[in-house]
Amino acid sequence: MTEAVADKQQPAPTDMARGFDAFSFLARFAPLIFLLVLMAVFALLEPRFVSSVNLFNVMRQVSITGLLAIGMTFVILTAGIDLSVGSLLAFAGLAAAAVAKGGLQDRFTVGDAAIGYGWPLALLAAVAVGLAGGYLQGLAITRLKVPPFVVTLGGMSAFRGAALLFAAGGPISGFQPDFAWWGQGRILTVPVPVIIFLAAAVIAHVVLRYTHFGRRVYAVGGNPEAARLAGLNVSGIICSVYVIMGLFVGLGAFVLAARLNSAEAVAGTGYELTVIASVVIGGTSLFGGAGSIFGTVIGTVLIGVLLNGLVLMNVSSYIQQIIIGIIIVLAVAFDTFAKSRRRKA
Amino acid sequence: MASMAAPRPLLRMTGIEKSFPGVRALASVDLEVGAGEIHACIGENGAGKSTLLKILSGALTPDAGTIEFDGRAVAFTAPKDAQTSGIVTIYQEFSLAPDMTVAENVFIGREPGSQLFISRRRMEAQTLELARRIGLERSPHALVRDLSVAEQQLVEVARALSIKSRLIVMDEPTSALSRSEVEKLFAIIRRLRADGISTIFVTHRLEEVFEICDRYTVLRDGRHVGSGAVADATMDRFINLMVGRELALLAPRTDSSATGTVALAVQGLSRKRKRSDASAIELHDVSFAVRKGEILGIAGLVGAGRTETARAILGADRVDAGRILVDGQPMRITSPRDAIRAGIGLVPEDRKQQALFLELAVRTNVSIAVLDRVTTLRVFISGRKEDALVDEYRRRLNIRMASANQQVGTLSGGNQQKIVLARWLALRPKVLIVDEPTRGIDVGAKVEVHNLLFQMAASGIAIVVISSELPEILALSDRVLLMRGGRVTGELARSEASQEKLMTLMALGQRHAA
Repeated sequence: MTEAVADKQQPAPTDMARGFDAFSFLARFAPLIFLLVLMAVFALLEPRFVSSVNLFNVMRQVSITGLLAIGMTFVILTAGIDLSVGSLLAFAGLAAAAVAKGGLQDRFTVGDAAIGYGWPLALLAAVAVGLAGGYLQGLAITRLKVPPFVVTLGGMSAFRGAALLFAAGGPISGFQPDFAWWGQGRILTVPVPVIIFLAAAVIAHVVLRYTHFGRRVYAVGGNPEAARLAGLNVSGIICSVYVIMGLFVGLGAFVLAARLNSAEAVAGTGYELTVIASVVIGGTSLFGGAGSIFGTVIGTVLIGVLLNGLVLMNVSSYIQQIIIGIIIVLAVAFDTFAKSRRRKA
Repeated sequence: MASMAAPRPLLRMTGIEKSFPGVRALASVDLEVGAGEIHACIGENGAGKSTLLKILSGALTPDAGTIEFDGRAVAFTAPKDAQTSGIVTIYQEFSLAPDMTVAENVFIGREPGSQLFISRRRMEAQTLELARRIGLERSPHALVRDLSVAEQQLVEVARALSIKSRLIVMDEPTSALSRSEVEKLFAIIRRLRADGISTIFVTHRLEEVFEICDRYTVLRDGRHVGSGAVADATMDRFINLMVGRELALLAPRTDSSATGTVALAVQGLSRKRKRSDASAIELHDVSFAVRKGEILGIAGLVGAGRTETARAILGADRVDAGRILVDGQPMRITSPRDAIRAGIGLVPEDRKQQALFLELAVRTNVSIAVLDRVTTLRVFISGRKEDALVDEYRRRLNIRMASANQQVGTLSGGNQQKIVLARWLALRPKVLIVDEPTRGIDVGAKVEVHNLLFQMAASGIAIVVISSELPEILALSDRVLLMRGGRVTGELARSEASQEKLMTLMALGQRHAA
């Protein structure tokens, strides 16, 4: 103990933290601050925005892309990307629906307990498809050494094709009420998908922050060569983040099918963009090694609030898309700027 | 420009200062180069040469100081600014596009032709003319990938000439060249001088300074310590200026902790060059052994195969043949994980690129290889155990930091290197290979790192030190191994080793009969 005290008395000035830095504080909480400002503006301009019904509505709308964004955070932390999530989501949703209906025959009638299987098996089917899809892509990335962008671009096309083939073109609708509850039910007025989203976020946060696996994900993303020379199983870790992504795709597919009471091959089209945008707006670096689940949740909600507010104010959906696009670019520009400032400091 | 009675220098850098987080790289450095002059810029690793040259080339902006070029004050904010003024820098790592042709590389970004279309004919004709002028016997259509290192360097020179540069800065241009290639390069530099083009020549090989340079500037620890005409200088003067203070500070190893048992034996390590990695350095039957508690130094010039040997032992690069034994047991090593399990560690030469997670906290950087030791329930990282680990090594290695959560990138070079050493110490290796243990860290930290290596050896770890600084090799090693061209070419006991002897063996590669 005495040694430690002695050390503290002779600090090397250049190596010590420079106390509270307002800029780095702002940079860290920028997404949250932006979200709060945005909500305040909408609340002033449109009183309907702040009603609890509307706010729950926003949260329920973002819960599916939010689940995917949690998985995507793992992927992007390793400097990877997954463009296949929308397609895989459709495929996994169809698998869950087909299991729930006991096949593809009576796809529109509300299934009888006699032919279909219960929701647990449907969930299992969706998750199994998600995990398998993620694992396949992870293998292609680590074994064949094809860049993630290319592998998942291929996956985006292949899984969509598989979904269309599987569904033979049509949707599968009408599930048992206990299945639909997972998408439409509420617990004490809180929509079930919102609870699933937030619970998943808490678990993912714990995994990334407090487990050795999480720590290794950051290390591999931060400097893969250093991680390899430090004896980490870099390929294994990279492969596993795509499997985790697949898990969240499966979960999201199940919840989406339950909420719509239907699964179809074109579900989730374009989700990859919203999902990647959520992660990036939340401050996770596309170069890997920096980011958090907290940021991703903020990013997800931010996009939801923005779209909801614009809808309430009767802004056309075309303009909404333009605004989202601009915000993505600005968020990354801000991040790059903050980082270069930190380097110079 | 108007002519004057007293020749005005072409370049005059005055009072240049530059600091990075935690390190002062340059403190009030001056540099003057005349027109048609070949100017040597010398100094040990970390003396500030590269920082100074990066400022001259516009890659870095100085914190203070002025640059005058051709009588005008200039301020470069980007490499393009320097090039437009007529200053071209040729780095050790070439900036060529390997899959483009010689002509395309020479004129990249400045292709001749109309506003819209490139005139290939003109581009290739001009390239051919430049190539003739500097003796590059390659077609303008040849792909740069297929050229030798020396030829690639000539492409860089051709590019510099095509820009009509008046000052060419060459960073260690001879380090990867054979003797005959060096002579050819020198002939070109002399011809450029005759045309009035100045060259700043950065080198570690002092004999080359006498061979080709007119004037010199010596840097040490980011300061200007001397300059003058080469004709008036001696080798002793250079060495004094470059290392003077340091030789006094680096206490040599006085007693050896080496014991009888061999901890690491390397037998017949070989690697052939493949088409896919044409620039890779080959290894030929590299064999040596290190005993417990011994410090073995490996000396050699750049490209001798020292780093490649270290990486091969760690399983970081593939090898074609060879065996590695730890404590007499043959080990199957195909990845760094295998090597670490076998008890072998490597502190790599480039700490920022290969060892540290600069954006992450000190705690992660220390614990990453031993995370399993700081967990509860084998999954969750225990903050308490991790803090204890970091604190233990902070104290043992005297690492100066604010907290375990501080970003490693904000620490000084010396403290960063201690973090890397802490990571490996935590793994409790039997063998630790340290590649350039003190590159780019200040003298005080250097002494501390040396003492740490002595302590580690005393605790029974077999240590292999690779260093380009001969005083460091001499201060640390019980025994020195010499490498050249991917081969072990000699071995000296500490009692027989001296800086002159090592330099001669490294440069000439005679097999030393021990």
